[in-house]
Amino acid sequence: MKKFVKMLVSSAVIGAMAFGMCACTQTTPTQAPTAAPTDGTTAATEAPTDAPAADGLIKVGIINNDPNESGYRTANDRDMKETFTEENGYEASFFYSLKNEDQIAAAQKFIQDEVDYLLISAAGTSGWDGVLEQAQKAGIKVILFDRTIDADESLYEASIVSDMAKEGQQAVDWLASQNLSEYKIVHIQGVMGSSAQIGRSGALDDKVAAEANWSIVTQQTAEWSEETAQQIVQAVIDSGETFNVIYAENDNMAKGAVAALDKANISHGVGKDVIVIGFDCNTWALEELLAGNWNYDGQCNPFQAAYIDDIIKNGVTTKVVIMDEKGFDATTITADDVANYGI
Amino acid sequence: MTSSKTSAKGFLLKVVRNPLFFPLMALLLLVAVNFFADPTFFKISLEPSSTGNLILSGNLISIIDNASELVILAIGMTLVTSASGGQDISVGATIAIAGSVILRFVKVLPDNVSGGRFTFVLIMSFLVCVVASALCGAFNGALVAFFKIQPMVATLILFTAGRSIAAWINNNDNISINDARFGFFGNFIPGIPVPTPVFITAICLIVIALVLKFTNLRLYAQSVGINASSSRLNGINPKFIKLLSFIILGVCVAVCGFIKVSRTSSITYSVIANNIEMDAILAVALGGNNLGGGKFNLTASVIGAYVIQFLTTTLFKFKVSSSEISAYKAVVVILLIIISSPFVRKWFADMGNKIRAKKQANVGKEVN
Amino acid sequence: MEAGAILEMRGICKYFPGVRALEKVDFTLREGEIHALMGENGAGKSTLIKVLTGVYPKDGGDVKLLGTPVHIKSPQDAQNAGIATVYQEITLCPNLTVAENMYIGRTKGPLTNWRKINADADHLLDELGIPASAKDQLGNCSIAVQQMVAIARAVDMDCKVLILDEPTSSLDEQEVQKLFKLMRDLKSKGVGIIFVTHFLEQVYEVCDRITVLRDGMLVGEYIIEDLPRVQLVSKMLGKDFDDMAEIKSDSDAEKVDYNGTPVYQAINLTGTTGIKPFNFEIHKGEVNGFTGLLGSGRSESVRAIFGADRVIAGDVKINGKAVKIRKPLDAMKCGISYLPEDRKNDGIVGDLSVRDNIILALQVMKGFFKPFSRAQAEKFADKYIKLLNIKTASQDTPIKSLSGGNQQKVILARWLLANPQYLILDEPTRGIDVGTKVEIQKLVLKLAAEGKSVTFISSEIDEMIRTCSRLVVMRDGKVVGELKDDDLNQNKIMATIAGGESNDIQ
Repeated sequence: MKKFVKMLVSSAVIGAMAFGMCACTQTTPTQAPTAAPTDGTTAATEAPTDAPAADGLIKVGIINNDPNESGYRTANDRDMKETFTEENGYEASFFYSLKNEDQIAAAQKFIQDEVDYLLISAAGTSGWDGVLEQAQKAGIKVILFDRTIDADESLYEASIVSDMAKEGQQAVDWLASQNLSEYKIVHIQGVMGSSAQIGRSGALDDKVAAEANWSIVTQQTAEWSEETAQQIVQAVIDSGETFNVIYAENDNMAKGAVAALDKANISHGVGKDVIVIGFDCNTWALEELLAGNWNYDGQCNPFQAAYIDDIIKNGVTTKVVIMDEKGFDATTITADDVANYGI
Repeated sequence: MTSSKTSAKGFLLKVVRNPLFFPLMALLLLVAVNFFADPTFFKISLEPSSTGNLILSGNLISIIDNASELVILAIGMTLVTSASGGQDISVGATIAIAGSVILRFVKVLPDNVSGGRFTFVLIMSFLVCVVASALCGAFNGALVAFFKIQPMVATLILFTAGRSIAAWINNNDNISINDARFGFFGNFIPGIPVPTPVFITAICLIVIALVLKFTNLRLYAQSVGINASSSRLNGINPKFIKLLSFIILGVCVAVCGFIKVSRTSSITYSVIANNIEMDAILAVALGGNNLGGGKFNLTASVIGAYVIQFLTTTLFKFKVSSSEISAYKAVVVILLIIISSPFVRKWFADMGNKIRAKKQANVGKEVN
Repeated sequence: MEAGAILEMRGICKYFPGVRALEKVDFTLREGEIHALMGENGAGKSTLIKVLTGVYPKDGGDVKLLGTPVHIKSPQDAQNAGIATVYQEITLCPNLTVAENMYIGRTKGPLTNWRKINADADHLLDELGIPASAKDQLGNCSIAVQQMVAIARAVDMDCKVLILDEPTSSLDEQEVQKLFKLMRDLKSKGVGIIFVTHFLEQVYEVCDRITVLRDGMLVGEYIIEDLPRVQLVSKMLGKDFDDMAEIKSDSDAEKVDYNGTPVYQAINLTGTTGIKPFNFEIHKGEVNGFTGLLGSGRSESVRAIFGADRVIAGDVKINGKAVKIRKPLDAMKCGISYLPEDRKNDGIVGDLSVRDNIILALQVMKGFFKPFSRAQAEKFADKYIKLLNIKTASQDTPIKSLSGGNQQKVILARWLLANPQYLILDEPTRGIDVGTKVEIQKLVLKLAAEGKSVTFISSEIDEMIRTCSRLVVMRDGKVVGELKDDDLNQNKIMATIAGGESNDIQ
């Protein structure tokens, strides 16, 4: 009976995902991964014929996290799907799971299928050594994207990562450049221990510790949830405390915080009482910026596909590629930025 | 019902034995802690919001407002617990599905659609959402009632797959409804200073109260939960009652999903109503209901739900740091659960009995 | 100290809120005797045993074991002192082996030498003549063997006092005999046995002495030869009357018209529970019975009549009109009521109040959308609590806290309230006290006199002969005979059950 249930569960999940996938690819508006360095993009579009595989296609096995996990992941998955196409010279197989073991099993399968490249966004950092050694023996090149793992550097070709601390630092630097006489910050954190939370909290914590006129009004986790963020800010407002900065570690939480401000009739945005900072550059969030309702949005670049494409076709330049991360200021953002960088 | 001359102690014992006693005590405790820490906690003010609408605000309002979904879920969860002797852990995921279904229909409306059309689409989409949630409930219920799978295992399926299904319904798109009218149901209707979810909750509570009064749902669900075999031999169809309880929970979930997406006019498939199933189960447990099924007290569950939200808001208010908040919540919950456990209840009752027995023994000695 | 006494209890008192459960009760158990503890439900037998085994703390009195005063505060204390108890419901673990059950809680953790334990267990089982092997899984053994394993466990712990609380109520005759042999063996080894039972025959078969309790007080201690059955019953009930005679005269009054249309008639009724297709009919005002050994199919037959198990074929007529009975509700709507054999699992709804238990069947028949008002429900409950003299603190008391006899009365009340034309009672008198047994038998005859049809099933053939005017005899899932009038006597019934010459109706 248990087996039966497990089967049902997994088939239901897989079924649902498969549907989700089809649906995505059908309706996604074509959108170029413009975040990539220009030379990489040109190489990718101009030289598909350089592909070494016998039938002219490079076989890649892509192991990713569940695209439903977040908007970031959805954008990331779309980007991968759009880049690794037959027109571009690739034969791509995808596997999604939030579980490390499942991902490792999938990697083994890809090795048996004799792919040319293995692209991995690992769910967990450990346990990968064995399978990467197998890949090396089989002559399969491994490129990590988005997440790093605890394994010897020789086991993979390159690793393309975001630097969350840099994202946080950019946002904090921007905030400092606003030259407020006093910073009273409501800090809404993501799921504790996640790399995004650690990176984005770290920069702010350091700055608050260093500057006398920076203080934290409250610092609590809303676990990426909009409603919880709203409740947290509501509680601060209800207790009658004042603040002039909302530093939310993702766009959804910033939105929830803003909802609480609206309810209490506290003005926010460019030139208003409260500065609103979000992260991830969702399209709708950038639109809020464009309308002047928010002040700053930090990017977490999900567009690694162009970097990978560049490495496959033009060779490795550095082992660890840290992607460009943008930060948008409401006073300077343009409609083009929204179209290009919104996820 | 012979309370002609209840002594003070007898009365106390009666109070302690009342199923509402412990959840109410917990609520009172939280009120007291907050009152002594900061009397302004209970301040309620009437001020305009950014849309110029006069609204009530204050911690108490926040608590009553934010507890709405949990209270509605607690109704269904109590019935499921009673009839099936297990809990549905898929409610959070099913809320995602319900919300996604509503947005699927509302998102295609143009921004400045007429009120009539808007109302029509909203009602239709809500009805479709109720049907979808009820089907999810029926799926769970069928697994439990007909295939005799333990409720937690049966609902694990939707727990795992639900959010993916929710995302699939809307092509995994980010949806934002710009029409302000859509937000009325999770926030405020212009001109009414009380949050709308409070009214929706009140309606749900009235409906379930009427259902319990004018049908035999309580008797049937309890009988099935206590002894399915006897119930069957008394003409009740236990399978149908279990199925029914899951379908009712499905309807509750639909209402919650509607409130949730209306609150934010959007949906995040992976985060919406995250872990709410645990809070709903906790509410049932705090109400002193036996999680193994049988007798239930709906009022106690509802109070349990408010206690949980009160606790959450209190922790926000005290600015417990993010890394510690789970620990605090765990400690408080453990305390509440232990206090309301049958063991401690029995201990209280035994204490009462001892006092009485001693009296009786004295009487006995006098007689002899 | 009395010579040969192992256990002496003097002036034991125990009070519960509003109840004096035991008032100055004395009890003495001597070496190598089987001592019956008798009394109606609520007389204080269970309380006395629970005080002795440390489940309840006593409120007064002394306990001496082999002349030394002991203070037993928990069941563990009792075990250590050499007092072992085997309860009616098996309290062992069915998923462990026989040996594991015998030694559980007494092993040395991970260092246990299971091979030695298995050998020891086999040796002991052999010595006691218990037909089981150490490595058998307990759940696969018959109830009797499980009971014996529980006793073997007690014996191995060097018990001086062995308490058997209703050990025979779920055993058949053969199994009872095995158990009695074991009891006699232990007796010869000097163990004192306290035997609690409702079966009078068994008391007279195996016991040496009887102590009778009534309403929490000691009535007296008697040597078995000095106390004839009738006297024992009158001591337990506290009044002198001869029920047997009374019932007999009642039953003579009934007159049944066997030529009219039967109230219920089944032709080739076929169930899925292993009984052969059978024909059956019952007339207005008739009391009939199904008899046969345990497992002969008598319960399965009446379950098929009620639709409790799946029925796959057969024609059913109620008052001459063809009906389909597929589920219990169909039967209930045809005016059939069924009091099931297994009171605990199929009868009571334990946590529900006495009131809810009484109105349940009628309420279900009335419909999901038509609940009775509280006042109406209270009126119904009140009426039947008075009518059947149900002893309960209030209507709101959960039924599970009532004594077995009173629980049974509540279930009876439930089905009487449903006002059936045909009432099926499967073992209504099992495990309840003598007084209530008599009351139920009288009630059955009264109902028949009022024109209702009743099917009455009992393991005690005496009861069947007293109440039924016709007996359907079953063996191995098949109806093998039908007895009436002069054939209704112990010998004829036994002969038919056992087989040989039988007037097969098919």
